[in-house]
Amino acid sequence: MGITSKKEFEKNDFPVLDSYEGGSIILTQLDALVNWARSNSVWPLTFGTRCCAIEFMAVGASRHDMARFGYEVARATPRQADMIIISGSINYKMAPVLKRLYDQIADPKYVIAMGACAVSGGPFYYNSYSIVKGADHVIPVDVYVPGCPPRPEALLYAFLQLQKKIKSEKNFKKQLTK
Amino acid sequence: MTNEQLIEKLSAANPDAVVKQGSQYPEITVAHDKMHAFMQNLKSDASLAFDYLVCESGVDYPAFIQVVYHLESTTHQHFIVVKTTTENREIAVLDTVSDIWPTAEFHEDEIFDLLGITFTNHPHLRRLFLDETWGFPLRKDFHDDIHVVER
Amino acid sequence: MAEIKIITTDEIKTDEYLVNMGPQHPSTHGVLRLLVKLEGEIVHNVEPHVGYIHSGIEKMTEALSYPQIIHLTDRMDYLSAHMNNEAVCLCIENALQVEVPERVKYIRTIFDELQRLASHQLWWCASGMDLGALTAFFYGLRDREDILDIFEETCGARLTLNYSVPGGVMFDIHPNFQTKVKAFIKKFRKILPEYDKLLTGNIIFQNRTKGVGVLSKEDAIAYGVTGPTGRASGFSCDVRKHHPYSAYPYIKFDEKLGTDGDSFMRWKLRMDEMWESLNIIEQLIDNIPEGDIAVKMKGVIKLPEGEFYQRVETARGEFGVYIVSDGKKNPYRVKFRSPGFSNLFTINHIAKNWKIADLVAIMATFDLVIPDIDR
Repeated sequence: MGITSKKEFEKNDFPVLDSYEGGSIILTQLDALVNWARSNSVWPLTFGTRCCAIEFMAVGASRHDMARFGYEVARATPRQADMIIISGSINYKMAPVLKRLYDQIADPKYVIAMGACAVSGGPFYYNSYSIVKGADHVIPVDVYVPGCPPRPEALLYAFLQLQKKIKSEKNFKKQLTK
Repeated sequence: MTNEQLIEKLSAANPDAVVKQGSQYPEITVAHDKMHAFMQNLKSDASLAFDYLVCESGVDYPAFIQVVYHLESTTHQHFIVVKTTTENREIAVLDTVSDIWPTAEFHEDEIFDLLGITFTNHPHLRRLFLDETWGFPLRKDFHDDIHVVER
Repeated sequence: MAEIKIITTDEIKTDEYLVNMGPQHPSTHGVLRLLVKLEGEIVHNVEPHVGYIHSGIEKMTEALSYPQIIHLTDRMDYLSAHMNNEAVCLCIENALQVEVPERVKYIRTIFDELQRLASHQLWWCASGMDLGALTAFFYGLRDREDILDIFEETCGARLTLNYSVPGGVMFDIHPNFQTKVKAFIKKFRKILPEYDKLLTGNIIFQNRTKGVGVLSKEDAIAYGVTGPTGRASGFSCDVRKHHPYSAYPYIKFDEKLGTDGDSFMRWKLRMDEMWESLNIIEQLIDNIPEGDIAVKMKGVIKLPEGEFYQRVETARGEFGVYIVSDGKKNPYRVKFRSPGFSNLFTINHIAKNWKIADLVAIMATFDLVIPDIDR
């Protein structure tokens, strides 16, 4: 691993595709390009169950604009969306519906759990018989946003964290190298 | 009509109805077999004219389950609370009032769902919020270890 | 060569089929599933299936103390959060026969009307979006942010206010409150005619809503439809007029009633209610009396044995709180009479034989919030 002797370096004068620690120049740049494109245009699905949906709508409106991050086109059908923002509580009747929506989204897909109800059950954690205690019991979640409801600025920070997470993905390095 | 006149008129017509004094609105408890005729009278009598069913709720007690009707008249502007109870908690059957007030159809669906009272002559009794695998959550003896985190 | 026979017929017979609108749907305002039986585009039957956001709030209240119930009522009809809070506080105060200071009554009523304005603004922008007018979405939310700023300065929260407590309110109003509210009223009086110009006078909008989904007055009373939806059919049901509470006895305002009961009337009535709210706030904002903001209540609130019912007028209709108490510190049973529950289930009666696009227009003018229905 890595260049340890002069002999190895002469064998492969210009390492383009081989795996070295830190990655080779073409693959990392390709990764960076793809991740940049993906993170700057993540289209959310219009999915809101409870009060957090109103704050999600406020994020889409003109004061806290989510269009400047590329998230503006909120699609109604999961087939055309990239991300679900679970804004609101999920109960046992809604959980299969959420799973089905998540399955219908094509890869790469991301999930933001917005609000205390989606993170852990929220105000309904104790004594409620029908709320799922956290949306991550149903689908895998990438970013958790606490708050009840979180301020629109908190959701925008979550978008930025998601962008950071997407930018650190390694798509090609694993596939093309041994 | 004032509260006293209402109570007088209704007690005169139905001697075995129990009236509670001193509460916020006049309260009358009727037996479950006479309830439907009593309600029909409340709506059709011109001096009573209770045409707006505000709320129908179920309350669980140790010996029986009680259904409470809050009724208001839009013409005379008086308000009354009518209560009826089931025989006991195992046999929880009552008559529906959805033929008198259509809104009761869905309130009774909810009471069936959460408390387990079956209403006879109901057009389409179904569980509104939960499905068949749940018990009746609003009953006091409902205990669910899997879904509920008690505090 | 064979003759080609041409058969023409006026009748195209199609089969009935079932279509699911929801639970995830941009225009159902929450997680509501409508099972629509269609023939072509004509609606034959609409069956609402609710329960996708049922949280068991009424069962939860049996394990909580009385002040703790208030933060749960915020989350039922979250667009009229303050009015729901006030309903529970009034029920507890009336049961304990506690008289709140005049300052509290004025503050609560001003917040009620501001909340009603915010709720109607959100209704306007969401309904405009349903009918295809996406511009309405941005206009409504832009102006709503001003009201939310006022809320945030005083209460600390934008949406789920949790400001009333039994006996009064939690904090005193911010020193900027009166100036900001007066500036907002002045600004909003110029903006409301813009809303009318955008949608209400639009010929396409009028064709989509005039005469669509008529609810007669007898049906409104029989189905218990209250709020602007019921008033558009002529059912005089405003709780602020018939059973006034807080500072409503001190002010003069009109209860607007409609006659037609169609979607356009429901729309117009909510726009008129926004004007009335501005008038009400103006009557109150300069006259807030000095005084305490809360009455000293016991540490542990226990209601006397008995049953208590309190009604308030939220932005959607009549909200009722029914508390059955057995003298302990937790209530025995709390039932919330939600306006959306009665309003929703008239949909089958109204939407028969209209097209599916009209069903969207009818749902838009009903102004439903589904967590209110499911509790």
